[in-house]
Amino acid sequence: MHSNGFFLTDVAGFLGGYYAAIAAMNGVAAYILWRKKGQPGWAIVWTAVSVVMMVLASLALSGSAAWVPSLPASARGLVNSLSGPVLYTLGTVGLLTALFVFRRFFVQPMVAWTILNVMLVLMGLSMADENFASIVMKPDNVPIVGLVFLLAFFTWLATKQAVVNDDRIARGLPPMEKENDEKVLVWPDLVYTELICMVAVAAFLLIWAICLPAPLEEPASSVKTPNPSKAPWYFLGLQEMLVYFDPWYAGVVLPSLVIFGLMAMPYLDFNKKGNGYYSIAERKFSYLTFQFGFFVLWITLIILGTFLRGPNWNFFGPFEFWTPYKVEVLNNVDLPQMFWVGLLDKPLPRPPAGAGGLVQAGYILLREAPGLLLVGAYLVLLPPLLAVTIFRGFFAKMGFIRYMIMANLMLLMLTLPIKMILRWTFNLKYIISIPEISLNF
Amino acid sequence: MAIGETIRNSQIWKSIFRHPMPLDRRNRIVVVLTNFFLHLHPVSIKKQGIALSFTWCMGGVTFFLFLVETVTGVLLMFYYRPTLEWAYNDILALRDVTSLGILRELHRWGAHAMVITTWLHMYRVFLTGSYKPPREFNWVIGVILLLLTLLLSFTGYLLPWDQLAIWAITVGSNMARATPFLGYEGPGQQLLTIGGIDMITDASDARFGLLGARFVGEETLNRFYVLHCIAIPLAVALLLAIHFWRVRKDGGISGPL
Repeated sequence: MHSNGFFLTDVAGFLGGYYAAIAAMNGVAAYILWRKKGQPGWAIVWTAVSVVMMVLASLALSGSAAWVPSLPASARGLVNSLSGPVLYTLGTVGLLTALFVFRRFFVQPMVAWTILNVMLVLMGLSMADENFASIVMKPDNVPIVGLVFLLAFFTWLATKQAVVNDDRIARGLPPMEKENDEKVLVWPDLVYTELICMVAVAAFLLIWAICLPAPLEEPASSVKTPNPSKAPWYFLGLQEMLVYFDPWYAGVVLPSLVIFGLMAMPYLDFNKKGNGYYSIAERKFSYLTFQFGFFVLWITLIILGTFLRGPNWNFFGPFEFWTPYKVEVLNNVDLPQMFWVGLLDKPLPRPPAGAGGLVQAGYILLREAPGLLLVGAYLVLLPPLLAVTIFRGFFAKMGFIRYMIMANLMLLMLTLPIKMILRWTFNLKYIISIPEISLNF
Repeated sequence: MAIGETIRNSQIWKSIFRHPMPLDRRNRIVVVLTNFFLHLHPVSIKKQGIALSFTWCMGGVTFFLFLVETVTGVLLMFYYRPTLEWAYNDILALRDVTSLGILRELHRWGAHAMVITTWLHMYRVFLTGSYKPPREFNWVIGVILLLLTLLLSFTGYLLPWDQLAIWAITVGSNMARATPFLGYEGPGQQLLTIGGIDMITDASDARFGLLGARFVGEETLNRFYVLHCIAIPLAVALLLAIHFWRVRKDGGISGPL
């Protein structure tokens, strides 16, 4: 869609308030740094940022295309042309890895505050783009924007405490949670905290409800399919998985395994350390496994499914117009096709006409032999192989059954990233494809 | 002051509150022990266990949002009829005609917030390792509560009966069609035949069980309404009670053991 004056006039009020809020936030930070923390240098920096934000606020309030702060069209075009599912996924994985590896740097309050400011300003600049704003401001998408900022904040808060605890433990000290063993009475200390939280949440919810009307579209019609048709936002990670797997696996088996895996977690994690306090160093394996599942395979997929998947579930850059006419070439090939036709230059094995059920089954097994062997080796051979190599210690501590459940859950979880990579590199559609019994994997 | 004193000394006040005002240490202990709503708490608690930077208060906020959803949900039920004829019109009227027109907003945004706070609560419990012994089973209950929260939100999503609702539920429930063996497009369903007759059809599979029909229609609306307003909230309430009780029994609010 091409920006016109009406859009900017509409969004100007919001953006004005938005930049003013960032200005206020930095003003408060500067005051606290100056009066309470004795860091006048940083106080001056954030005061300057606050002043810049006030300028941005007044520019935004003009509502004129020449003045509202926005990203240059060339930058938006570049982002659109570069972005795609591969870069998005690899980019988020790279970003999360960097945040984890250099966590000591990123948890410093001033670094985190700088990142928050950058995120907020980028968000504000992007909101001046009509295509970006129209997706982000859909009422049901607003909570997901909130989720992103909340997760960033709480991950920072937790990592900060974990870093302190890990340092203390390395020095032979107990975690800081243990230092403070003093007991207080529930009335008033806890009861008042609960009351204040309730009032704050109620106030927040009231303001949200007054400012943002709940969505209500046309009356339901079973003959008028919207494009794109999307599940509720918290299931969009599952819908995104449908790109790589059939619904029986992406929509039924994988979610069931997620629930089962979460329930099994306390019985699989034999590490007695890190019970009741923040720590990363003491439980690196469980930490990284959980974060990979939660962030990479759940949250980023929801963000992708919500903001970047448009009509026909095609990928759209953040500033791209969602046209239903975008055509994406789908030339994905099944593994049997690759093996028999591509590699051996033979036709796919087909049973002779009028063959009985057993003969047909035999031909299907032959046709799918490469995929069945691969998947079989992955699920049957890998666990014991891992048990005598990298998971030797785990196997010894967990025993056979617990180890096998852990290893299989782990391998099944990894089927998603493996299939993604195979799709991106080899255009692989299915590893096993038995349409005769609707079994595609 | 004198009026306050008189009220607090009256027979009515004393019959309601079993304890004096919690102004001194003794009575602050007594109030927690003798008040129905407060007795869920212990009398005293480790100072670090209630630090906001440690707990994030997300479990408590989730419970509060559940209460908000219950109250606003009951009020919405006064105005809403789950039939094809009325569902959409009642929602329109809620927006345009009914006074206090933010009832549906409170309910919808509260629901989204509840999903988010449940995830954040789970995230915090994981990060502090609070699922480890002796709290394993309470984590399991928590996972079930998480699932029920999503189902509560999912069933509620259909009720406005607009395009957003019906198609989100159609997309979401289409997955059930592909359930292995039990969905009519799922792998292996062809194997379930007796005397050449398919046992699993589009009128007998898992999706049909969920929707009460071959597609999202009036039966689905009724089914989801009952699940949303009665069945799932009751299950959640029961599991919440166990969840809270186990927090106390498994060593109190989280902290290093």
